[in-house]
Amino acid sequence: MTAIAENKPAYDGQALDLTGKSGARAFKNTLATVLIVLAFVIAMIPLLWILGTVISKGYHLLLSADWWSQSQRGITVRREGGGAYHAIMGTLIMSLITALIAVPIAVLGAVYLVEYGKGTRAARVVSFMIDILTGVPSIVAALFIYAVWITIFGFNRVGFAVSLSLVLLMLPVVLRSTEEMLKLVPDELREASYALGVPKWKTIMKVVVPTAFGGIVTGVMLGLARVMGETAPLLILVGYSKNINLNPFNGFMGALPTMINQDRTELALQPAADRVWAAALTLILLVLVLNVLARLVARFSAIKSK
Amino acid sequence: MAKRIEVSGLNVYYGDFKAVEDVSMTVEPRSVTAFIGPSGCGKSTFLRTLNRMHEVIPGARVEGKVMLDQQDLYASGVDPVAVRRVVGMVFQRPNPFPTMSIFDNVASGLKLNGVKDRKKLTEVVERSLHGANLWNEVKDRLDKPGAGLSGGQQQRLCIARAIAVEPEVILMDEPCSALDPISTLAIEDLIEKLKDQFTVVIVTHNMQQAARVSDQTAFFNLAATGKPGRLIEMAPTKQIFSNPAEKATEDYITGRFG
Repeated sequence: MTAIAENKPAYDGQALDLTGKSGARAFKNTLATVLIVLAFVIAMIPLLWILGTVISKGYHLLLSADWWSQSQRGITVRREGGGAYHAIMGTLIMSLITALIAVPIAVLGAVYLVEYGKGTRAARVVSFMIDILTGVPSIVAALFIYAVWITIFGFNRVGFAVSLSLVLLMLPVVLRSTEEMLKLVPDELREASYALGVPKWKTIMKVVVPTAFGGIVTGVMLGLARVMGETAPLLILVGYSKNINLNPFNGFMGALPTMINQDRTELALQPAADRVWAAALTLILLVLVLNVLARLVARFSAIKSK
Repeated sequence: MAKRIEVSGLNVYYGDFKAVEDVSMTVEPRSVTAFIGPSGCGKSTFLRTLNRMHEVIPGARVEGKVMLDQQDLYASGVDPVAVRRVVGMVFQRPNPFPTMSIFDNVASGLKLNGVKDRKKLTEVVERSLHGANLWNEVKDRLDKPGAGLSGGQQQRLCIARAIAVEPEVILMDEPCSALDPISTLAIEDLIEKLKDQFTVVIVTHNMQQAARVSDQTAFFNLAATGKPGRLIEMAPTKQIFSNPAEKATEDYITGRFG
């Protein structure tokens, strides 16, 4: 008792020095701030550069109605005119088919991994395979479908084959993002549903998936954005057609990446160069529009809190 | 409605770990039974075995019998989903469904089990919200999201959701531990009212709360960390708090433990 009392410093009422930063800490703070801002600027330079170049060189063709309604039929690299309708439709059709096949498989697969397979050997194997699939280059996916679709089954090169190979590329992206979103749904909500006597499958359909819906849609859009720009599967599996072909089961099809590739070889010629930039801008806009749509869908179905 | 629960020789395991050992007790219908005891003593685990909710955790299993009147909840062929329809549950943290309105939250138990009749749903929602003392606060905004309510209101919403499916028994796992005193009082008043109709079992860390709301109190304890929790004593609440039979109970409720 007395020992403690003796050691106790006297109360002196003096002001403490709270001015803070020592010189070294202030320097580190400044250094880190500069590095972070620099990293941000460096990351933004290529983005703005690309956007600026593509917009400034490509916008004027997009202003004409022909661009949105005509094909390149009969238009040579030396001639102006025509449009990208065939390529826009080709890209949309093939991407849509891809999404129709890939999204259900990906979402159901993610539901399996999160809700049913947790910790099982099967889930670990599936998860590992998805990781591998994530790293498969698009040309490998394209050649795989080529081997199956054309070499083994003897079918022709058509848009549907492209969709099949794009499924391989989209599947892991959507599955992984959906998985993460489902993991974010708190177990308390599942338990609340079980406690009402709701079976597991219905809990997943009516509680878990709707809660994660916004995130799932975002994942689908990321996947779509990725596959819309793929070029290798198009070159290998459907070729390029300057004509309008809306049938994914018959004949060559145009698409925006292959349209860019077509005119790319003659960049010295102004009409071809213009079309390359315009097609690139169109592809960027397409992805942008899909993203905005997805945001709207997600907003109207999202978690309500006020 | 309301059923008697008779538990005999119940052991609860998580994998190889025995969490609760040899619990036998009778929970009377139309009464409130409180479980008290230190953290980790297995009272929540035991509570969750009463509607087979512990099975949600992989590797969890039980030995022994839980009788709901004449029916053994662990008899072969008993569907846990069916058990949970008659033994409802309210959780520690309010957990309304974030995608649903207040109306849909209360109706969710019926809706998700296939009831579509709008008139019936409206009736049940109104009755349940009255039952949970929440109707007057939310009657003008039933279509607003449930997650926009205050914590105490959300918990009463969860109680309304639980009673909307007309269970026989309602289990409450520390329903007030995340709430302020005023909301706690509202829930305690509600528990008092619920026991007219239901068998209520409540886990609480608040001994005053156990003393205020319950008719019977069960004290759980564990010998040491890593040892299974056991039921030390169960008796009418007045007796537990005035004249407990076991020394351990007396030490706990008077604050002399360890």
